Amino acid sequence: MSQLTTLPRDTDGRLTPAPPPGELIDMPRFPINARHELANTDQRNNLQAATATIRAKRALRVSEVPQWEDLRQAAKTIKDQVDRHLDSYLLQAEQSLTKAGAIVHWARDATEANQIVVDLVKATGAPEVVKVKSMVTQETELNEALEQAGIAAWETDLAELIVQLGHDRPSHVLVPAIHKNRSQIKDIFLTEMGQYGTPAPADLTDDPSALTSAARTHLRNKFMRSTVGISGGNFLVADTGTLVVVESEGNGRMCLTLPQTLISVVGIEKIVPRFEDLEVFMRLLPRSSTGERMNPYTSMWTGVTPGDGPQNVHVVLVDNGRTSVLADPIGRQTLRCIRCSACMNTCPVYTLVGGHAYGSVYPGPIGICLSPLMRGLDSPIDQSLPYACTLCGACPDVCPVKIDFPEVIIHLRHEVAEHKIRDTKPHLETTAIAAAGWFFAKGRRFTVMTWLSGLVGRVFKAKKQFGAHMPWPARLWTSARDLPIPAAESFREWWRRNHERP
Amino acid sequence: MSQPGQGLSVGLFATCINDVMFPDTPKHVAELLTRLGCSLTSSPAQTCCGQMFTNTGYFREGEATVEAYVEAFADCDYVVAPSASCIGSVRHQHQMLAAHRPALARKVDRLIKRSLDLTEFLTDILEVEDVGASFPHTVTYHTGCHSLRVARIGDRPQRLLRAVRGLRLVDLADSDICCGFGGTFCLKNPDVSIAMATNKAKAVADTKAEYLAAVDNACLMNIGGILHRIKAPVTPIHVASILVQQEP
Amino acid sequence: MNARDQIMTRIRSALKHTPDQDEDEPILTWQYGQPTSMTDVVGCFIERCADYKAEVTEVDADQIPHAIAATIKKLGITSVVLPPGLDPAWRAAIEQTGTTICEDDSPMQAHELDAVASAVTAAAVAIAETGTIVLDHAANQGRRALTLIPDIHICVVLASQVVSDVPEAVARLRPSVDAGRPLTWISGPSATSDIELKRVEGVHGPRLLIVIVAR
Repeated sequence: MSQLTTLPRDTDGRLTPAPPPGELIDMPRFPINARHELANTDQRNNLQAATATIRAKRALRVSEVPQWEDLRQAAKTIKDQVDRHLDSYLLQAEQSLTKAGAIVHWARDATEANQIVVDLVKATGAPEVVKVKSMVTQETELNEALEQAGIAAWETDLAELIVQLGHDRPSHVLVPAIHKNRSQIKDIFLTEMGQYGTPAPADLTDDPSALTSAARTHLRNKFMRSTVGISGGNFLVADTGTLVVVESEGNGRMCLTLPQTLISVVGIEKIVPRFEDLEVFMRLLPRSSTGERMNPYTSMWTGVTPGDGPQNVHVVLVDNGRTSVLADPIGRQTLRCIRCSACMNTCPVYTLVGGHAYGSVYPGPIGICLSPLMRGLDSPIDQSLPYACTLCGACPDVCPVKIDFPEVIIHLRHEVAEHKIRDTKPHLETTAIAAAGWFFAKGRRFTVMTWLSGLVGRVFKAKKQFGAHMPWPARLWTSARDLPIPAAESFREWWRRNHERP
Repeated sequence: MSQPGQGLSVGLFATCINDVMFPDTPKHVAELLTRLGCSLTSSPAQTCCGQMFTNTGYFREGEATVEAYVEAFADCDYVVAPSASCIGSVRHQHQMLAAHRPALARKVDRLIKRSLDLTEFLTDILEVEDVGASFPHTVTYHTGCHSLRVARIGDRPQRLLRAVRGLRLVDLADSDICCGFGGTFCLKNPDVSIAMATNKAKAVADTKAEYLAAVDNACLMNIGGILHRIKAPVTPIHVASILVQQEP
Repeated sequence: MNARDQIMTRIRSALKHTPDQDEDEPILTWQYGQPTSMTDVVGCFIERCADYKAEVTEVDADQIPHAIAATIKKLGITSVVLPPGLDPAWRAAIEQTGTTICEDDSPMQAHELDAVASAVTAAAVAIAETGTIVLDHAANQGRRALTLIPDIHICVVLASQVVSDVPEAVARLRPSVDAGRPLTWISGPSATSDIELKRVEGVHGPRLLIVIVAR
């Protein structure tokens, strides 16, 4: 089969489907996005069903491993060691990769990473690339950079394909199309596939097997003619230079095996020191992420293997905010993350609102920590993310690398509060908290406050509960819930009356 | 009735929300613990565990409540609160807030080991599960997140409830999922909070129980607010208010 | 400053209050390479492998050629690609079935492999606890494309290759990695759960995985 030299353009004049307009970081504050997402009943139903299923699968597979806690502790310790010596491990990885025939590139930020990839692809003359699902290239928005450069990037993971063809954004780090149900997927395939390659069969049903089969057919040509593959990496082993991609469908194997050129874009935190460390992570990751004993396929490659697979192997090591995370002694632990998604599957906020409300490719508990740590606190979305959490504490219990999410979240809230206090323009919240703080600092001041609440209690005594139609800010509560009237006599007043007679 | 609490001096930490909104709860704790032989004090120097400040990111205000807590309870054998969430905050946040003040930090260290939720105090210190209560009703129990995963009081409330005469405890579906209160979360993310509380209230109503019990009135106020609005025939009740009930 | 140097500078600056050696250095107590205790390692492998909807047959070691040939005949497999170093006895049995044999000596193109129905290979290691087969793509397994593109993969696993769990497997695989060989870990046929988390077997990799376990 000969390689295509020019690709058809769609009705927008593009090679690949256009994503939604706008930048993630420019999104409004989380509560505003969440309100919008909550109104999407289909999505809520899809998410609730899917996350309940995956939570149960995870719990079952974790319960099979008696040493689970020891494995978590080992993973945490290994990753902490990596972070403490990240410079040496990266240099060791670079040396191992180079020795194995790979070419190592370094990128300070998203733009630089994208430019490196674009230049490498252009040098091959390929008009298109096949891509394995990769979070870091979502983060850098590589596909758009390639499109701008006249190169088509084809997502080959089924969920990523659904998202790409749907002109959509991923809403989950592992199952990016978790917010779509089968009939929505069928519609996307029928409408879009033909514009970008082999069309879906006209009699396509919404049966998951039929949809999967349509995706196989659509992508088959793209794999067979591919000359450049782009991947991320789940792990980069420092002592051998081995890269690891964990997947299910075989699209990863296709992209990693068939092209002559392979470009792997890898975050600098993906290091594990020794090949042997994989025995820990390969036991933790599949059970935590898909709730399987082992994922169907894992590829491990060490530079170039003569006569087998890509003969031009590039690795782009990307910072893009990771060193800022490392510089935060409390936030640093989020660099342990292996992107399993157990935290979001168990998060009561994520499972209701979905991933699109977070203004980041990383949603859920890890996202509300990682995004502000990587990007800073200057945008409204990043200031609001640490508050997108009830501190219910469900996520640290399921995290395979023992990230203490509540600790990081409270720390980030403190950073946001300090940011607001330093701000020259006044904030209602800081004023209200400072006032409340004065009353709560001393028992006798608090007593004064209880007199005031008791007064309210006596005035409204007949009412029992405040109902709807309350002024702001009470209506934040009472729009859906009734609110008890404060007690006419506080506990401390009652105690004083009964126990501290003069 | 035996008096396993004889000779123990217990500081009653009412907590701010109970002090102002639900004074019956600490009153019931006082009645119950007095009946069990404890000698109670409740210092007016107390204010709040501070988590509403700490969890919103305002550590200086949180630190001031730590000082008030230390001032109020430093001399007690035990501090008991009808709130696993507030006790969780005392045990897991006070050290962090006081860390930069060695003298305060030492006092905090001594105090947090003696700070207990009511159900922990009953089962672990007084070593009673049957407190002699009677409550002939169907009850479902909401496991507050902080009771489960911060204070980690386990199944102590359920064990105490099962020992109550006439009480029938019915399971609540998805009992380990948060009700959506989350302190200032309910004001900062009102829509998500309401959606979570609505799910929880539906699960509660589905149990057909007469009462919804919990060890935290904040959760009960949240879920109860929805139940009251939708006129569901379920009454929120603090575990302390069940344990204090005796046969007429 | 180039990107590499700048990233190094950023890392060292981020860690400047975290000295290289101090009492906070996390201590790893994990014991590497330990087996997971189980009564019947091979039996567990067979059960777990079948759990993934792989077809598993158990045979005596001297019956391997026969078992391969029987599978080819049973499924009516019309063509097979063989790795260059496949056991000559297995090869002979396959030849006798009359199926078309494709050689990969001058490497076949992807689209040529796409026209082949199946591949027959050996394995490097198998993991009982997870039902996983690991290929290290030695001569009796062939390069990665052989076991990827044809829709049926018939894989022969020797009992001596089966270990209890991942740690023992990783220990056994280290020499292959040091030799620069890639590894492919296979747990059942390709699968996806991307649509409503319903598992569908058979996506891009072989849709049928047949495992012959020789005791």
